[in-house]
Amino acid sequence: MDEITQAVRDYIMREYLEDGDERTITETTPLISGGIVDSFSMVSLLRFLEKKYSIDIPEECATPEAFDTVERIAGLVRRFQQAEVVRG
Amino acid sequence: MAFADTVRHRYQTDLEGIKAAGLFKEERYIHSPQSSEIEVEFPVGSVVRKCINICANNYLGLSSHPEVIAAAHAGLDARGYGMSSVRFICGTQDIHRELENRLTAFLGTEDTLLFPSCMDANAGFFEACLNEQDVMIADRLVHASIVDGMRLCKAMQDTYKHSDMGHLEEKLQEHQDKRSRMVITDGVFSMDGDTAKLAEIVALAEKYNAIVFVDDSHATGFMGKTGRGTHEHCGVFGKIDVTTTTLGKALGGASGGCVSGRRELVEMCRQRARPYLFSNAVAPVIVAGALKVLDLISASTDRRDKLEWNARYWRGLLKEAGFDLKEGDTPIVPVMLYDAKLAQDFARHLFDEGVYAIGFFFPVVPKGQARIRTQLSAAHEKHHLDAAIEAFKKVGKKHGILGLGKKELMARAAA
Repeated sequence: MDEITQAVRDYIMREYLEDGDERTITETTPLISGGIVDSFSMVSLLRFLEKKYSIDIPEECATPEAFDTVERIAGLVRRFQQAEVVRG
Repeated sequence: MAFADTVRHRYQTDLEGIKAAGLFKEERYIHSPQSSEIEVEFPVGSVVRKCINICANNYLGLSSHPEVIAAAHAGLDARGYGMSSVRFICGTQDIHRELENRLTAFLGTEDTLLFPSCMDANAGFFEACLNEQDVMIADRLVHASIVDGMRLCKAMQDTYKHSDMGHLEEKLQEHQDKRSRMVITDGVFSMDGDTAKLAEIVALAEKYNAIVFVDDSHATGFMGKTGRGTHEHCGVFGKIDVTTTTLGKALGGASGGCVSGRRELVEMCRQRARPYLFSNAVAPVIVAGALKVLDLISASTDRRDKLEWNARYWRGLLKEAGFDLKEGDTPIVPVMLYDAKLAQDFARHLFDEGVYAIGFFFPVVPKGQARIRTQLSAAHEKHHLDAAIEAFKKVGKKHGILGLGKKELMARAAA
């Protein structure tokens, strides 16, 4: 598991699982369709990613599909990191 | 014709999808006034039958109280049927302001503004009072109308785990750079029936300089020793900056809601809240009825005391029968089933036994948290609850769930 994937997974476990929640989150656990993250609480995850990786994820890219697994979120971060490099 | 067959077909497909997912809602026609016993036609076209109602927000049993009805009649005669205007054009009568003043005194706040509903109060409040310099930090289980209101507001949004004060404190620390922080919670959470930790929330708000917002729709009229609400129940009466609440539940159950709190925030709503500015004034007949409700509940705590007794008694009956309940001390008592289909079947079988209750499942509650939400009323007599528990036991036995704990029920649901 690379650094981004690990950081995203750790954040989600800390931010979204209640105390005593024994579910484990893997790279492919459905987050939104699985009811762990909802569109209302997703905002803090988006802000975490933008702040930690100094990227700007436009609203239209922050879809429930794009945020449904740790793997997809990490992929999205990498894509926007590359875009920043190109732009920068 | 703009509504072409292809467009119609698209909507029909969507509706079929809702049905296929088991999420299609159907109304049940009630042929009697709202009460603890009602006459119900369900399914449509079937014979009307009498049943015990255990799912209304009629907490104080005032929806059809003779004195409230008489006051509403008198209000209808004295002030007419409708205002045909929003409040600030020609829709404010003396009784609207009288009701606002009475609510201010009852809730222990500085000022109050009526809205067509509490849904509207929540939809309008945040946009009127906050902007991009501010942050809204909400409990993750707040009512849908708060979520909608927050989405209409330009302030930053954040959430904390349900009633997790450590997590709330982290968020308050994180957002110290914002101009204002607003902590947003329900007083009593409508689906779980638990109570917000308002004393701790107020302490954190004082420590981190935050405004406290409470939607007390499922508490006004009965929580606390004199029924003022969750703030009285938690010992922080007078310390909540903004309360939104409804006339559509304990306070007569008709419709209408309000924002009540710091006078500057209420005034901002009067100036800027769109549901207030662009929607008709609450009808005079409802205002007159609500004034009588406040007379009744200010004169005596008998109704909220009876409700408290009923809730405790009902909770005890369910526990004794072997149902798995969400813990709490409110008149909302969720019977946990964890399985959407079971919740639907259970409600249908209860109806066959003469008890009207509804199954709740995703997306109304989180996935795997399906339940029957029961709600008590001061209109329930002991014999209603004794009859209702027999129906619950019979249906529970039929489904083989009596005595099963959370883990066993969840395992069954997953199987």
